[in-house]
Amino acid sequence: MTQTDFYTILPLTFLTVWSCLLLLADLFIPKNSKGLTAFLSALGLAVTLGLTVTQSGSENVGFNNMVVVDGFSVFVNIILLASGLLGIALAYGYLKRMGLERGEYYTLMLFSVSGMMLMAQAADLIIIFLALEWLSIPLYVLAAFARPNLQSEEAGVKYFLLGAFSTGFVVYGTALIYGATATTSLGGIFYAAANGAPSLLLTIGAALLLVGFGFKVAAVPFHMWTPDVYQGSPTAVTAFMSSGAKITGFAALLRVFATAFPSLSVDITDVIWVLAALTMIVGNLTAISQTNIKRMLAYSSIAHAGYILMAFVPYGNKEVMPVSVAAALFYLVSYAVTNFGAWAVVISLEKAEGKGLEIGDFAGLAKKYPALAVGMTVFMLSFIGFPPTLGLVGKFYLFRAVVAGGFTGLAIIGVVTSLVSAYYYLRVVVNMYMREGDPVVDRDPWLVFTVSVTAVAAVVLSFIPQWLFVMAGAAVLRLF
Amino acid sequence: MEFLLQPLTLLTFLPLLGVLVILFMNSEAKNAIRWVATATSLLTFAVSLWVLGQFDASDPNLQLEAKYPWIQVAGWNIYYYLAVDGLSILLVLLTAFLTPISILSTWKAVEDRVKDFMVFFLMLEVGMMGVFLAQDLFMFYIFWEFTLVPMYFLIGLWGGPRRVYAAVKFFLYTMAGSILMLIAILFLGIKTDTFNVPTMLARLPDLYASGTIDPKMQMLLFIAFAAAFAIKVPMWPLHSWLPDAHVEAPTAGSVILAGVLLKMGTYGFLRFNIQLFPNATVEAAPWIALLATIGIIYGAAVSYAQADVKKLVAYSSVSHLGFVMLGMFALNAQGVSGAILQMINHGLSTGALFLLIGMVYEQTHTREIKVYGGLWKIMPVYGTVMLISALSSMGLPGLNGFVGEFTILLGAFGSKAIGSPWYAGVSAAGVIMAAVYILYMFQKMFLGPAGEVTHHHELKDLNWREILTVAPLLIFMFWIGLYPAPFFNLMAPAVNQLLEPIAKIIAALP
Repeated sequence: MTQTDFYTILPLTFLTVWSCLLLLADLFIPKNSKGLTAFLSALGLAVTLGLTVTQSGSENVGFNNMVVVDGFSVFVNIILLASGLLGIALAYGYLKRMGLERGEYYTLMLFSVSGMMLMAQAADLIIIFLALEWLSIPLYVLAAFARPNLQSEEAGVKYFLLGAFSTGFVVYGTALIYGATATTSLGGIFYAAANGAPSLLLTIGAALLLVGFGFKVAAVPFHMWTPDVYQGSPTAVTAFMSSGAKITGFAALLRVFATAFPSLSVDITDVIWVLAALTMIVGNLTAISQTNIKRMLAYSSIAHAGYILMAFVPYGNKEVMPVSVAAALFYLVSYAVTNFGAWAVVISLEKAEGKGLEIGDFAGLAKKYPALAVGMTVFMLSFIGFPPTLGLVGKFYLFRAVVAGGFTGLAIIGVVTSLVSAYYYLRVVVNMYMREGDPVVDRDPWLVFTVSVTAVAAVVLSFIPQWLFVMAGAAVLRLF
Repeated sequence: MEFLLQPLTLLTFLPLLGVLVILFMNSEAKNAIRWVATATSLLTFAVSLWVLGQFDASDPNLQLEAKYPWIQVAGWNIYYYLAVDGLSILLVLLTAFLTPISILSTWKAVEDRVKDFMVFFLMLEVGMMGVFLAQDLFMFYIFWEFTLVPMYFLIGLWGGPRRVYAAVKFFLYTMAGSILMLIAILFLGIKTDTFNVPTMLARLPDLYASGTIDPKMQMLLFIAFAAAFAIKVPMWPLHSWLPDAHVEAPTAGSVILAGVLLKMGTYGFLRFNIQLFPNATVEAAPWIALLATIGIIYGAAVSYAQADVKKLVAYSSVSHLGFVMLGMFALNAQGVSGAILQMINHGLSTGALFLLIGMVYEQTHTREIKVYGGLWKIMPVYGTVMLISALSSMGLPGLNGFVGEFTILLGAFGSKAIGSPWYAGVSAAGVIMAAVYILYMFQKMFLGPAGEVTHHHELKDLNWREILTVAPLLIFMFWIGLYPAPFFNLMAPAVNQLLEPIAKIIAALP
């Protein structure tokens, strides 16, 4: 192991070691002061964030091309770590209120974040598989964290079984690709494919990988688990999962397909086109009929996977590819900000035993808690893609990449489904402002903090998006 | 600092200052909030007059530009870019003029959540100003969409019994139009490598000439933009959101909706469709004229059948804006100037009608025409003001409506682009029909024996605040009706410049 090797995974190593130590340290932290664990986890994430930032601008490979540091990985890792921090902010009060306060919650989250970071840096299918397991297994546990609550247990089992199944696809795809190219390194695959590796085997392998990643990002038709798992898991876990796992899934998808399989784009583009269209249509249409806010947001997260997938359709076009990657990253940021905000509002309304989660429970929120209602309105507008929010800028960027790639038809499906989505997002607003009700809200300072930060970010960043554009544009993938 | 002191920046964002102040006020201090909102909107009006003072009417180009790079990433080239010219100056003034009037009209009408109301109202003004001033398509789109949000709340929170339905319908319907425009904007942005309208205009002729954007594509782009604007206008058959929104909206919302928001649609045609897609414009002119003519007749006929006076005025808007569209797509100087003037006229007269209906509604809480009767006797001032506004709306010579409609019909009659004088001929019947429904309404409500409501209520005539609210509108009705030259002078050079390329294409028509 050389110094460069070590340097490439420095933040990741730090976080992993920190999590292991924390797991031990937590044993000595008394039950009534688990806030210390939360604090230490946040500290770990913050330090890792600092280490990651120092990597920005550098481009390196380590461990015989198995791990890579590039603009892309740094950018993704920063979003992931920020998501982790917000995840802790959401969880702290929630766990206490729901009687779930156990120290391992935070450690599991840290483990999951480490796995996600490895995924963003993986340049070898074996590492991708490793990262996939590493990030998923803690999530399975977290989904069932509210045991002996049946719904939560069901969510955990369901997520685990289907997750394991989808990992199987990834492994099988990896095997076929290895069969076709005699390598698992992304660079090696790229060269082998360019030099005439058996394309049928390779295409099938790539398709299987797509299924595996499609499961992680919850793209239709691999989305079946999403509503049940999102609804059953403790809401704080859902919030973290719906941002973190999605970002990671897309990071893997973008890196693998853009760097290793550009030559397959002739076949794969059509497939992604159909997946994106289906995901947008099914996600948005099904969301309309939901009455439970968690399920509605689950379908909305499926729909947003469709939008991001859409940006990725023109990946085979060399000129558009960097734009489409940047657009996807930009949208992931906007999605993560909005998503955490929306979930924070949901959490503040949630009562014990899954009460307070119907959309009707938002009735009257604006009168009693105007600031919270304004926040939620901002998030809903941002999900629709409406000014003055980051969602609009994000969608503008996405659609621009799609139109630039020549897929205007898909872009039209995209905007039409956005219109559909306006209907169900507005229903939340209608309930908050135009119906009478008497909601009771938990005013945990960290929730207030999360809602304010994300709402302000969603609005302010829409007016000064330049630097985010520049950053997303600089987050280039290391090509071979 | 230089950025903030640009006259147009100030004009657009000054209401935000009022919003900020109001946000920090106690929501129980209703009168103080009303004063702040009124003062802010009056101040904005003063700024608009300052802008008018600096405006050079003889210059056909964009003026008072405030232009700063905003998002400068490869292929984006988005500017913060506000500017005004002869096409938009009157609409900007109309917006600044109608907002304080609408706010004044709410002093008694809105008692519930005054703070929120004023915040949304002032935000709406920002959006409307932005729409008329933005010269960058990205910015325009943001303002365009943004106006939906405050209006949605104004209808949904302070509206009538079916307000939620109307608000959601308004939002979705209008959004349905603008999403296609978004795709077209992106397409143009990619092809021309800019979102900045003047630069785009300079680059587009080459793209058209070289076939990079072929005539079919140009037509599709025209349709995508037209979809957004036609829904907003609204043109027949896309008008069905309008009656719902108008009937359910609070008075001030109706005034702004009819007075300004609908003009955003016609303005969009004028600024973007005609300028960006000249060939498609000429090609589409007869079709637009056909739809406009149907709208004129249909709107007038449906108006007559209404039992609810607010609905009657709402449908009359469909008819009146049909005239605007007809004149605009006559694509000659008379037609287009008439259309621009008629936009202002409609804002004044329909705005006044909605205000007046609101004033009596506050007392009686009903808008059924048949329960009124003999109002003029009980409320003489009110009756007189109503009569003037009604006559202005139906186009009586000597009042503003006549000037606009006459110029439009003149333009449409001789238009080579429309190709047939029949559209103008049939539309002229719309003027007569307007007289029918307006006078029918006036007769039922104001003349004859007292109706059940008039009988049972102690109706009070207009007070000084209400007179102050409508008086400015009346002054302009007479001014434009008797001496419209200054208004035409403001727009003439810009209209001529707008039509130059169009005239060449029309001249080449067989």
